[in-house]
Amino acid sequence: MATLKEVQLKISAVKKTKQITKAMNMVAASRLRGAQSRMVGFRPYASKFEAVLGSLAQSAGEGSSPLLIAREEIKRTHIILCTSDRGLCGGFNTNLIEKAADLAQEKIAKGIEVSFTAFGKKGRDWMRREKRTMVDQHLGVVGGTFGFNVASTSGRRMVTGFLENEYDEVIIVYAEFLSMARQIPVIKQVLPIPPLEKADEALQADADAPYLPEHITEPSPEALLGELLPKSVDVQIYRALLETSTSEHAARMMAMDNATKACNDIIQSLTLAYNKARQAAITGELMDIVGGAEALKG
Amino acid sequence: MAENIKLEIVTPEKSVVSEEAKIVMAPGTLGEFGVLSGHTPFMTGLKLGTVRYVDTAGKERFVFVSGGFAEALPDRVTILAESAERRKDIDIERALAAKARAEDRLSKAGDDDVDFTRARAALTRAIMRIRLAETPRV
Repeated sequence: MATLKEVQLKISAVKKTKQITKAMNMVAASRLRGAQSRMVGFRPYASKFEAVLGSLAQSAGEGSSPLLIAREEIKRTHIILCTSDRGLCGGFNTNLIEKAADLAQEKIAKGIEVSFTAFGKKGRDWMRREKRTMVDQHLGVVGGTFGFNVASTSGRRMVTGFLENEYDEVIIVYAEFLSMARQIPVIKQVLPIPPLEKADEALQADADAPYLPEHITEPSPEALLGELLPKSVDVQIYRALLETSTSEHAARMMAMDNATKACNDIIQSLTLAYNKARQAAITGELMDIVGGAEALKG
Repeated sequence: MAENIKLEIVTPEKSVVSEEAKIVMAPGTLGEFGVLSGHTPFMTGLKLGTVRYVDTAGKERFVFVSGGFAEALPDRVTILAESAERRKDIDIERALAAKARAEDRLSKAGDDDVDFTRARAALTRAIMRIRLAETPRV
């Protein structure tokens, strides 16, 4: 049985931990609100962009840009892995890294060379530890307030790499924000750009816009598409970063909430132990006094 | 007087303008163009520059856009830009700082450097912003 003093120290230690986890929970909650509003702010741009791209692709025809054509033989794959910079967010990063590692394993088994770009420190550390080929790393992006230019810088690099045959395909691994309680790692192909949604489907997504397929375009649809396709890569990356940031904060909120609850449980059981020990000590002292008084009487 | 058209300027970060306008003028890649209500469906890339529009009260408004593209439909104009700012929101201090930074980098970078191209683009952006912010208001 621990002494009274020891239990007391333990209780105050756990209480301090609880204060920290609670504060982290609240910080994550407020950051989550910010990240979510950024996601909402991006939606009109993204949906409009896709609609325009879809209709352009239709009038320009398939195969009108090298970015749309899948390579027959894939020798080199590039994986963009989005993770957070900081830990204490449950299995968030582990899940993402595992997903990327599985994907890489699959590719390597087929004899494909795999290289990486890291967004976030956790992913970078993993790549270093495992001695993977890391082409590029971006820290301080996920979870912070980054601008679209981060995505477009990286997007430009991917497009150049793809066109210069450095990579035959580019894949992004990120955490999709489904709800406060659910964020799942997903794999999406970035390059070659997967077949575009046709204008009719895009129309349904943006129902209030009366969409007329016959546009006058300036310059030609092909040229315009050539300008827009690289941007669609940026849009993809930007969306992945936003999703990952939002997911990170949500994951941390959950993890810290659980930690705070666990602290409460521990405090409760320790307090119980403390009270018991104190009672036992008091009873012991009483027995002594009573015993002493009896002896004097005797 | 013809009807108004709905003008929307959106960036990846937020929607900058969403209001009715009488006329919209924008810098297309092949030249500046104006859109009135009832325009034929039209799509074009945009250059770095200024989108001008006349709001329902008849006041001329200016918005800085850094490239992107525009779609005109009979009743609406949508502009997707990587960044856009209304004239009153332009941060002159920041633009001046960006200009100085870009000039500094230009003087250091080699001719065919990627840095050179990027710094030049940054310089153009900064100058356009400053010029727009300093145009006298009517």
